[in-house]
Order: sequence, then C-alpha cells, then structure tokens
Amino acid sequence: MKLYEYQAQKILHKYNVNATRGEVVTDAEEAAKVYNQLGAKRCVIKAQILAGGRGKGGGVKIVETLDEVKEYTSEIIGSRLVTVQTGKEGIEVNKVLIAEAIDIKKELYLAISIDRSTSKIIIISSTEGGTEIEEVASKTPQKIFKEQIDPVLGIQDSQAHQIALNLNLTGPLLTKASNLLKNLFKVFVENDCSLLEINPLILTPDEEIFALDIKMDIDDNALFRHKEFQEIDNLSEDKSAESMASEAGLSYIGLEGNIGCLVNGAGLAMATMDIIKLHGGSPANFLDVGGDAPVERVTTAFEIIFTDSKVEGVLVNIFGGIMKCDVIAEGIIHAIEKVNIKVPLVVRLEGTNVEIAREILDNPDLHIIFADSMKDASEKIIKAVNDRK
Amino acid sequence: MSILINKDTKVICQGITGKSGRFHTEHMLEYGTKILAGVTPGKGGSKVCDVPVFDSMKEAVEETGCDTSIIYVPAPFAADAIIEAAEADIKLIICITEGIPTIDVLKVKDYLNTRTARLIGPNCPGIITPGESKIGIMPGYIHAPGAVGVISRSGTLTYEAVWQLTQRNIGQSTCIGIGGDPVIGTTFIDTLKLFQEDSDTEAIVLIGEIGGSAEEEAAEFIKMEITKPVVSFIAGLTAPAGKRMGHAGAIIAGGKGTVAEKVSRLRNAGVTVVDSPADIGEAVEKVIS
Repeated sequence: MKLYEYQAQKILHKYNVNATRGEVVTDAEEAAKVYNQLGAKRCVIKAQILAGGRGKGGGVKIVETLDEVKEYTSEIIGSRLVTVQTGKEGIEVNKVLIAEAIDIKKELYLAISIDRSTSKIIIISSTEGGTEIEEVASKTPQKIFKEQIDPVLGIQDSQAHQIALNLNLTGPLLTKASNLLKNLFKVFVENDCSLLEINPLILTPDEEIFALDIKMDIDDNALFRHKEFQEIDNLSEDKSAESMASEAGLSYIGLEGNIGCLVNGAGLAMATMDIIKLHGGSPANFLDVGGDAPVERVTTAFEIIFTDSKVEGVLVNIFGGIMKCDVIAEGIIHAIEKVNIKVPLVVRLEGTNVEIAREILDNPDLHIIFADSMKDASEKIIKAVNDRK
Repeated sequence: MSILINKDTKVICQGITGKSGRFHTEHMLEYGTKILAGVTPGKGGSKVCDVPVFDSMKEAVEETGCDTSIIYVPAPFAADAIIEAAEADIKLIICITEGIPTIDVLKVKDYLNTRTARLIGPNCPGIITPGESKIGIMPGYIHAPGAVGVISRSGTLTYEAVWQLTQRNIGQSTCIGIGGDPVIGTTFIDTLKLFQEDSDTEAIVLIGEIGGSAEEEAAEFIKMEITKPVVSFIAGLTAPAGKRMGHAGAIIAGGKGTVAEKVSRLRNAGVTVVDSPADIGEAVEKVIS
C-alpha cells in the first residue's frame, strides 16, 4: 500500500524527523486560508498523487502571492497529472499540499528498503538528490552508496556515521544526519515499510537537514497489525476495479488488451497472459482468483472482468490444487446467469475434481468452448474473438 | 533417490486443526506421507485423521522423533511457528502460509542462520518426491517418479509444468516450490546445488517470474556449477512495470526484474529458456533424449 506524501509526512513528524509542515486542501478557498495561516510569502503547492515524477510533470509549483495560490490550486485540482510514472492517461488530482518553501543548499538522496538477495534491510544514499536515482545508478554508480543493516540488530551508530560521511555531512552535521538516519530506520521497521524513499533530502543554507519529498510504501502483508493504515485504505477514493477486486479477495490488474483472463495462482495467471500475447492476442487483465475461492468469488471475478468494456472474450485457465475445478464450474454457471456473458468464453480446466467440473459444464446452452491445454485455450480464444469481428 | 524428502521422512503438521491443515493432512496421508503428529497450542490430546495432536513442537518431536514440519499456521503467527520448529530441532521446515510480513521473515532468516534448520517458503506449495512423500498442497496425481528436478517460485504454474512432463512419461525426482515472497528461506541456488549433487536427477526445470534478481543469481551459479541440462520459463513478459502481480515478490521496480533481463542471463548461462509456458515439457524431452 502506497501512502500519500502528506500522510507520510505526518508519520515522519511523529518520529522527530524534519519534514516540511503543511496542510492538505481540496479547493482554492481552503488553500487561501492555509496560505494566510502559514504566513510565509514563498510556499510550495504539491499535487497529491501516488506516483513520482511530479516536479517534471508540472505537479509542483512555487507560489508567492494569494492570487497565485488560488489560481494554481483551482487549476490543478480536478485535472489529470501526467508524469513519467503515471502512464499516458495520468492520474486525477483531488488534493494538494501547501507548505512553506524551503531554501536548498544541497539536494541528497536517501532510501531504505529490503534487499531481497541478502535478506537484509538496505540503506541507499547518494549525493545526487533531486533526480531520477535510476539514472544516477546507471551513469555514475560510484555516487550510490549501499549499507546493509541487520534486521535484528538494527542500524548501528558506526553505520549511520558512515552514511553521513558518504554524503559529505561532517562536523555538527554528522550527528544531525546520524540521528535522522536512526529515526528513519525506526519509521521503516515500526511501520512495516517496504520502501521509504526521500528524494530529495535537503541541506538548507542554515545547515538544517529536511526531508523534502517522501515516498512511503507499506508491506501489504503487515496491514493486519496497522489499524491506522487500514483506516486510510478504507477512506481511499479509489473505486477502481483493482480495489473492488482486492476487497473481494481477488488479485486483479487491468491491462490494455481485449481478452479477459480468469486464472488461479499468480504465476499461472502471468503465464496465461504471456501465452495469449505469444499467439498474437492481447490480455485485458491479470486476475488470480486465489487458492481457495468460494463460488461467489468466482462470480465476482467475472463481474470485475466485465467492468472493462474492452473485453471481447474470456479465457478461464484453472489448474486445480487447493482450488477445486467443480467450484470454478459452479462459479461459471452462476456468472453466466448473473452477468449475462455475451462474448466467447473458453474454458480450460485441469487438476482436482476436473471430471465433476466437466460434467457440470457439459451443456450446449452455455456456449462454452472447451480447451484441453494452455496452448489450445489461447488459440481458441484468439480465434473466437477474431471471428466476431 | 531424491532431494530433501523421501518415503521415510517423518513429518509434523503445525496448525493441523485449522481448515487447510486438516484438509491437506488428509491428502498427504492418502499420498503416503508419514505424518506422525500435529501441533496446535491448546488442542493437545485430540486427533486429526487419526494423527495425535500436541500442544508444542518440543513435545511432538520428543514423542515421535520427526525432523520435518509443514506449517499451515495463519500469517500473524507463522513466523513464531517457524522459530518454534527450529528450536525443537526440526531440520526441514516447509512454510505454506501466505502473507507473513517481510520484516518478520527477515528476522526469522537471521535467526535460522544460527541453527541447522532449512526453511522452504513461505508462501509456497511445498515439496514432493513423487511416489514417496508429498509435503505440501499440490495435487499428487499429476506427478510421476523419475529423473527431472523441478524448482519454482509459483504454485499452479509448477503444476502446469509437471503435468506437461508426466503426460510425456517424463517423471520427476523431486519438485519444490520455493515461494513467491520477496524474502524466502531456500533459494534457487540452494536447490540447484542439491539437484546437481543428486545422482538420480538428470535434468532440472527452473520456473521463475518477474521481480527481484533470483533468476539472475541462479544464472551465474548455473554457469559456474551446474553440469546437468536446465530448462526454464520466466512468467510475466506481459506484466506492466510497477504493479505487483499477485505474488508479493512479483514486481518490476525501477526497471529491474524484467523477463528480458532474466531470460538473457539464463540463456547466456546455457539454459534452454522457452518463450511459451506450453513448451516446457517438449523442451525437457529434447534435452534428455
């Protein structure tokens, strides 16, 4: 789960990390009020979306008058912001953050994440903040520093000092930086982050260190022990098919194509998309119904697939293990009754209770096209969709 | 022969009284797996499928002498169950549970470095030596005894690959799902090493997916250490960047973890990588003939 910048900022304040103080607003009037309260002439207005690259995409603006505040806020709220990370369609902006603008002497980069290959926590830092870190990593890898942190022992003073020194933060700044690092490490562990990225981390002309832009992702697996994030999640305005699916216990991701996929297991679901593409078709979605789906969830899965109007055919690919094929078959029957499927439906079933499932679906009125392998299934659905055109 | 488990492996099921623990214990017993005990704190003295249930791992190990355990304990308690198993001197811990917080798994791995126990998973389908022992949730009948070792980050996609082999009368020595989480106990490299040493494994199937760099690391290892033929498929060519594809570990982040990168590294190491998941069986048939 990704947090908005303003949500992450509040968490950092709790851990005594210097992060800009501001307020989040949803219209120009509120924005004007906050601007007056802040009392600073130069402020920054930042679009709150869950994607990076906002600066270059036009989602961040320095303002110096009340008129500018109102003008820019009303301009950006309700608009769709396109950045390198949002895709062509962009993301609608519903909130902006207004904060006092901070003078910058030097921009640095800092991130904490999980190192999958060493099974440690890793702190990545660089003197080249404020830009795409991937670019820095490929062009000047010597400017990227990595420190492995033992997950049980946590960050040691010596490690924090080393990171500060790598960032040229010496003298009185060494202690400031190392305290900041220790606090950020605490934020990471206590909030079950999967990523905490600060880009840029800035040094001000009066030698203060500030977290200017924060990206914070929470490990979905740990949400059960973080009620505070569950509440944020419930308040989310995201009513997309993806969030509908996740409420129903399904894993769904919408894609560009026209062939809907209903599969059990994430690996098989990806492989099903891949084989459709390989045979010249284009998948409309990734959908994993999970290991032990009841009939209702299978029906919901069909409903979610058909929220996408591009779908011109559906491929069901089930390899029953925990998932029993007869449950899928019942789900298909229910879905046909409830959803009124008007497009070709190709079904490939294998594994637990497959014989019962075939009997259940053995009815010409259902207009199901049966397939006996993944290859057969992908060829049949592509042909069926093309034949309709 | 086989790796890690065989017909004599004696198993304790942790979380045996839960819905999936019970369901899969029945199926494992049916397959011939020697499940000698179950553990659920507070349910000691009861029985599931005629298997005695104990309150603690220590007690279960003392009574039965098992050295392997399978875990169906819910995610909030699963990390603790792994530690309890290792403390009780279990040598092989297979954790099926999905959804354990990553930081918990990091700490467990760190702890396991001080023990001799090996962890498989979490978030995996388990391990099977066809015809001998099934410790996991895979459908038993799709497997056949033979000489191909199968390693995979996925569950159902492994069944697909195994089924393609069995339909071509190609049996398997052992099949292992290592799990779809970002941090896992036993890696591709650990398993490759075991298959290389196993005299009855003639070829290896490695099924990977997007995210992380486990396949790249496996490729390096194969190049240096593996003399047996390896066939591979990597899922997720059509997966968009930045989206988690079901498995917690399956995500292309910062341009890293793509299929293209993994495939090119594996091919460079001499691995036969198939583009279509439907071609795994055929490719294995070719390399062993």
